[in-house]
Amino acid sequence: MRFYAKYFAQRLLQFLLVVFIGINLTYVITHATPIDPVEQSIAAVTSFGNTSPEAINMMRQSLRELYGLTGGPYEQYIAFWRRIAVADFGPSLSAFPTPVSTLIARALPWTIGLLATATLLTWLLGNLLGGLAGYYQDKASLKFLAVIAMGLHPVPYYIVAFVLLVMFGYLWPLLPIAGGYGMNIEQGLNPTFVLSVLKHSILPALSLMLVGLGGWFLGMRSLVSNIVSEDYVVYAELAGVDQRRILGSYVMRNALLPQVTGLALSLGAIFNGAIITEQVFGYPGVGSLLVSAVYAGDYGLVLGVATISIIGVSTAVLIIDLVYPLLDPRVRTA
Amino acid sequence: MLTTLRDLLRYNVEFRIGAILVGLVAGMSALSLFSPYSPIDTFVVAPDMPPSLAHPFGTTSRGQDVFWHLTFAIRNTLAFGIVVALLSRILSLVIGLVSGYKGGWIDRVLMSINDTFIVIPLFPILVLFYFVLRDRMSWTTLAVIMALLGWAYDARLIRSLALSLRTREFTHTAVFSGMSTRQILAREHLPFVMPIVFATTMNNMNWSIGLEVTLSVLGFTDINSPTIGGMIYWANQHTALVAGVWWWLAFPVVSIIGLFIGLFLLAVSMNEHIDPRSRLRRLGSGGGS
Repeated sequence: MRFYAKYFAQRLLQFLLVVFIGINLTYVITHATPIDPVEQSIAAVTSFGNTSPEAINMMRQSLRELYGLTGGPYEQYIAFWRRIAVADFGPSLSAFPTPVSTLIARALPWTIGLLATATLLTWLLGNLLGGLAGYYQDKASLKFLAVIAMGLHPVPYYIVAFVLLVMFGYLWPLLPIAGGYGMNIEQGLNPTFVLSVLKHSILPALSLMLVGLGGWFLGMRSLVSNIVSEDYVVYAELAGVDQRRILGSYVMRNALLPQVTGLALSLGAIFNGAIITEQVFGYPGVGSLLVSAVYAGDYGLVLGVATISIIGVSTAVLIIDLVYPLLDPRVRTA
Repeated sequence: MLTTLRDLLRYNVEFRIGAILVGLVAGMSALSLFSPYSPIDTFVVAPDMPPSLAHPFGTTSRGQDVFWHLTFAIRNTLAFGIVVALLSRILSLVIGLVSGYKGGWIDRVLMSINDTFIVIPLFPILVLFYFVLRDRMSWTTLAVIMALLGWAYDARLIRSLALSLRTREFTHTAVFSGMSTRQILAREHLPFVMPIVFATTMNNMNWSIGLEVTLSVLGFTDINSPTIGGMIYWANQHTALVAGVWWWLAFPVVSIIGLFIGLFLLAVSMNEHIDPRSRLRRLGSGGGS
């Protein structure tokens, strides 16, 4: 039990460190670069037409206050943290006067839903197939699967999503390729809406799964093929233990632990992929929000999405880390 | 070195396929030296021509020859990946070797920072960089930023090797014969981790090129210098698929997929070659499993 407390404290510290370094990174990027976001926003506004100098000055003043760019560097730094603590990124410039936090809160469920479902499915399926492929090394169908996994795994999310888009958008229009739900459908818990949401999520989820599957498959296969030659497995085989039981409770169970750690470590990369996939399929999550914010020059929104992403991903990693002891008895009882 | 290469080519199918794919793509990039057109010029040939003898990959809606433009794009994209990989190798080598050799609190601090960089989602941070830098976001700036963000995973790998090297006999001998830490790391430990560094270089190139392609497809880089992502960006801008100019998209996409699979296969087969158990299994001498 003491060991678990120590483990818990370590994970929590790591979580705080990730958030701290991540937020500082965004601070440095936005404050220490030679380019002033306020002047950029003003340039974007004034390029549409002539504005009086007084109005520009007023706008400059209010934008400086809005972005917390008043006072010395120390005060700015404190103000930056205070705003993040209460998730206040000011109003969005592109959807004025909706607050940035409202826009993000609206987009977040879409991203979390898509990401959680796709990641969990990918992880389970990849590990199951990888485990089988590592155990039954001579099966032709599993070898064929390995070739496909090797071919798909290294291709980045954007390319896979784009190829799927071309296939199902232009060549064989079967599934909806844009948006999170159909037009003219009443939102809420009615069957048509739920069905429409599911249908619209197939392609984004599929592209996330196609890229992700290979990594778990290959990782699990090599882990299992190493474990298979361990003495205790050979012993179990000689003792006539049922093969399925050897694979399930002796081999896969052990190989699964590094894969859980692997899931925690690769969550950031999976999130990157989800952002891009959302953009390709016009899915109404934070990814699409981030990209459109950049196109619209919406400083507060870009900063808000970046910060929330860092906090969100590190929270998810923390959750996986805290679940880990449930799977590994050595952490629980030692 | 040469015998290793020969062995890999002879016994490892993955390495052979990977070498062919990467070789083809690298060959394409070398052809850029003979290009009759400058990569920045537009409307030098008739636009929207399908693939023909004169223009093997067709021409774009901006009046560029897809084949010759692609040679420049591949060259820039490859060079980008190599620069990022080299820079980040230096970082991950120094941090990994020092962390593994020193141990103690230095190791704990370095690895905490290391794990942080593994976990943080980099894409929003890169987008934030672009948002702030805008037009100043050049090819080199992006390469340096990516190198500063992309060392962590391999540093952890190198550290795990350095941990075991620390307790080896020759390290003790080196310490007792008065070598400084820097000398031990550079002369004694570095050669041991070099094979794995080569393998990680390929994976790192895949990672950085993948992010670069993604960023430029969205228009978040210097889109005027020809890269593969930039080609896809311009093709999308001109709605090439709707207009039926499929060759503008198909050839860059196919070549980048070839490059990714090639680099990945090289990395996988090198990793396998480094591990003596799997190498023996492949050679078929039946030495254990």
